[in-house]
Amino acid sequence: MSLFADIGGEGAVNAAVDIFYGKVLKDDRIKHFFDGVDMSRQAAKQKAFLTMAFGGPHNYSGEDMRKGHAHLVAKGLNDSHFDAVMENLGATLTELNVPGHLIAQAAAIAESTRKDVLGK
Amino acid sequence: MPKIIYGGQSYDCEDSSVLDCLTAQGVSVPYSCRSGLCQTCMMKAVSGNIPEKAQAGLNDALVAQNYFLPCVCNPQEDIEVILPDVTPGKIQAHVSSIEYLNADIIGIKLKPALPFEYRPGQFINFFKDETTVRSYSLASVPELEEDLFLNVRKVPGGLVSSWISDNLKPGDTVTISAASGNCFYVSEKPEQNILLIGTGSGLAPLYGIIRAALHHGHQGRINLYHGSYTIDGLYLTEELRKLAQSYSNFSYSPCVSEGETDEPIRQGMVLDVALQDNPSLKGWRVFLCGHPEMVKSAQRETFFAGASMRDIFADPFG
Repeated sequence: MSLFADIGGEGAVNAAVDIFYGKVLKDDRIKHFFDGVDMSRQAAKQKAFLTMAFGGPHNYSGEDMRKGHAHLVAKGLNDSHFDAVMENLGATLTELNVPGHLIAQAAAIAESTRKDVLGK
Repeated sequence: MPKIIYGGQSYDCEDSSVLDCLTAQGVSVPYSCRSGLCQTCMMKAVSGNIPEKAQAGLNDALVAQNYFLPCVCNPQEDIEVILPDVTPGKIQAHVSSIEYLNADIIGIKLKPALPFEYRPGQFINFFKDETTVRSYSLASVPELEEDLFLNVRKVPGGLVSSWISDNLKPGDTVTISAASGNCFYVSEKPEQNILLIGTGSGLAPLYGIIRAALHHGHQGRINLYHGSYTIDGLYLTEELRKLAQSYSNFSYSPCVSEGETDEPIRQGMVLDVALQDNPSLKGWRVFLCGHPEMVKSAQRETFFAGASMRDIFADPFG
């Protein structure tokens, strides 16, 4: 079985997206990056991110990640903000009672994008 | 082999997604995730059937208008597609009536010269001339009335609203666009509770949405909060009170943010009052229209109160 199937597939993504996005928007460390964005469009992007982290089908390349976050790096996006997102991801999965070893796998996938997201 | 019609050209599409087919042939269209998730590449089908899979994850309003995700759409038949921001066509309409609904808001009824399809809550563009255009929401319901009904706020020095208030009279011909926008009622989930929050002439689309929902026999709660600075800014109050008397699942709460008020008018910012009354919005559908700052805060606050992002429909205009 793949991580995506183990974690609950698309149903798990749908359950997670509102919880995760809620945590991100309430997080004083990172919420300012979302000022002025279209909330419904952003929710779709959060869903794409979670699908990727859950080992689901995606076609994002490292280059896509760089381009997509370059405007945020210009605004000061750094490791501390990436850590905050990682924390929110873990807390979301814990809240959904996902077993620890699967959370670790999802976290590892998300972690693998760090360099590209931060434009390093 | 299915064909894709896009931008006046025809493209053969064999065993490929609409997005792959178009980009492979050098057509430049926006996209990002290519997995049916991020919605960057969203298009609208104007003819032909779209496989259900290509609409997974889109909200009901988008599905109802044949929007789909070309990156996960392998067409089984010929389809014609457009990008979502293509300017809608223009048509002529005749002014049936024009009257002030309060000191600042003008109610205009228009009879389109041709059959006119729309959903209550969508907006049209209203042309003073080729280049002077404003968007106004539709407060009318096609199943209930023939005329289109607009609520135009008279903006001091406003080019279009001043022209409307000073020059327009019954019998005049005006140019409008076809209707567009995603803030409207769909009759699926009739048991779902609905919260509507509007300020000023942001009441217009909500008035259409509410009457459409009641006309379709909506079963869940329909709670409307209309905000204004002062009591003079409220309008359609009699019509809304009558609806609240006729339908036990509909409530109308006018709110004013400045000055003392008496029952049944509530004192306070409309968003605060609405959230005090409805602190938990899990499973609710939410419509937000009016002042952009209010709409932005309300999107956030109603989401924090438990409404799912895909159930929040917003129409900010100032």
